[in-house]
Amino acid sequence: MSQRYVVVVKADCPTCQLIAPVLEALAPRETVALWTQDDPAFPAVPGVQHDVTLKASFDLGVEIVPALIAFSGQEEVARCEGWERAAWQSILEDPTLGAELPALRPGCASLSVTPPHSERLRAERLAARRVTLGQEEDIQEALFDRGWSDGLPVVPPTPERVARMLEGTSRDPAEVLGDVPPNLVPVTVEKVAINAVLAGCKPEYLPVVLAAVEAALLPPFCMHGLLATTYFSGPMVVVCGPLAKAIGMNSQGNALGQGNRANATIGRALQLVIRNVGGGRPQGVDRATLGNPGKYTFCFAEDGDPKWSNLNEDAGLARNANSVTLFAADGVQGIVDQKARTPEPLCRSFAEALKVVSHPKMVQAADAFLVVSPEHARVFHDAGWSKEAVIKTLRDYLTRPGKELVRGAGGMEEGLPPALAERSFEKFREGGLRLVRAGGEAGMFSAVIGGWGASGTIGSSPVTHEIRL
Amino acid sequence: MSTGLVVMDPTGESAPAARTPLPLPASVAGKVVGLLDISKPRGDVFLDHVEGKLKAAGAEVRRYSKPTFTRPAPTALRQQIAEECDLVLEALAD
Repeated sequence: MSQRYVVVVKADCPTCQLIAPVLEALAPRETVALWTQDDPAFPAVPGVQHDVTLKASFDLGVEIVPALIAFSGQEEVARCEGWERAAWQSILEDPTLGAELPALRPGCASLSVTPPHSERLRAERLAARRVTLGQEEDIQEALFDRGWSDGLPVVPPTPERVARMLEGTSRDPAEVLGDVPPNLVPVTVEKVAINAVLAGCKPEYLPVVLAAVEAALLPPFCMHGLLATTYFSGPMVVVCGPLAKAIGMNSQGNALGQGNRANATIGRALQLVIRNVGGGRPQGVDRATLGNPGKYTFCFAEDGDPKWSNLNEDAGLARNANSVTLFAADGVQGIVDQKARTPEPLCRSFAEALKVVSHPKMVQAADAFLVVSPEHARVFHDAGWSKEAVIKTLRDYLTRPGKELVRGAGGMEEGLPPALAERSFEKFREGGLRLVRAGGEAGMFSAVIGGWGASGTIGSSPVTHEIRL
Repeated sequence: MSTGLVVMDPTGESAPAARTPLPLPASVAGKVVGLLDISKPRGDVFLDHVEGKLKAAGAEVRRYSKPTFTRPAPTALRQQIAEECDLVLEALAD
């Protein structure tokens, strides 16, 4: 089959101007289609097509002009971007073509890869429905009115912003991540990107948001039940690995607080996906009695501890992997211990604080994360204690006789059936107590983050999921 | 029609993009219906007639009026109507 050729140029390119004699020589050939991006009068030859929308250039994937592309049938068989005399001569099978021109001249950026055209063209390929706001509508109010907000202002998800957001991942916008509860709506990378725009994310956060959504949809996490429960909990996201620092997440002072864009918007984007794509809304399927402020957003980075395993390693990943760990979390309960300088007394303080998760007499129900601050971690490091040693000691201290836990004990009706009075119980199920390090350098304060009363196979287990860039 | 900003739908797209009015109730019997007089002349005559019809159909009627037809209803009045009524009719008459 004979070959056909496409040549793409623009007037605002010295190399394209330089090769004008070549373009004149090619113009009469029936096998050559000549496209110009900007000035329809360049090159001044008959039959030039003006790529007004730049769609032809975009669809051809042209990055540099001049571009020469050879096709055999529908299949591309050769391409040269910029002027390389020998390559053009070879592709066009014309050994004298441009003989008078220099051997090599780099080209210029194709308009189809230059903002704002590049974003418009990429956005045209996206699948989500476009919603046209009324000209008289206030944009922010319009987004509230459509129910797309968690109660705080959102960033308008224009097609250009969504296209820019999608530059943050190499994944196909059409890739389906799973079905989002409660309505079990299939969610694509593109839909997540739209909600990441709403939440205020930068494109570089998108891989973390995607991983968080994927993790939330893993069956052990039980996102549907977590959404629907009357309990306080919502998804907490802990990011582990070098990516957290690269995108500017906070793992140190005020790690669980406000003021860091990545922490704030990644957690928020996950909740907006549940709200908008899944249809999970408060007083709808979300039946929380009180909820907790972390349901706006609850996301922080783990502060890599030089001596302890990190959340990656705890999940069997390489230490330097990037991952998200999701936990069905309530709010933060502080623990103060400024006197302990040895591990055992500090573990006693931690255990007393952990004992009250959900109820002092409830055992084997909720999981918990213990967020250990650097000054408290130092106490364990100085004594050579591993993370596992801390957890083992806490489990010992949190094992209590059934007679303290049964109904009526301590004057409280809440409690275990009386028949269990002679047994003893650990507060947390196997694997239900997790340690993570975060926080500022000063302050002998750690934090308990209690979990949903339904843990493990009857409810939610923490899940760790690797981040794909 | 003039158009405004185009945004991409963040939802599961299971509902129409254009907002739809709430469904009309099958009956007004037993409902509290608010009648908002916008304070144009003879609006009260029209609303008196409507009130009679609504009461005959079994509705409880409450009357409200805006201080002036030249401005939107004050926020407190809108909130009061939303709190007290199931349905509202706004009268425009000249």
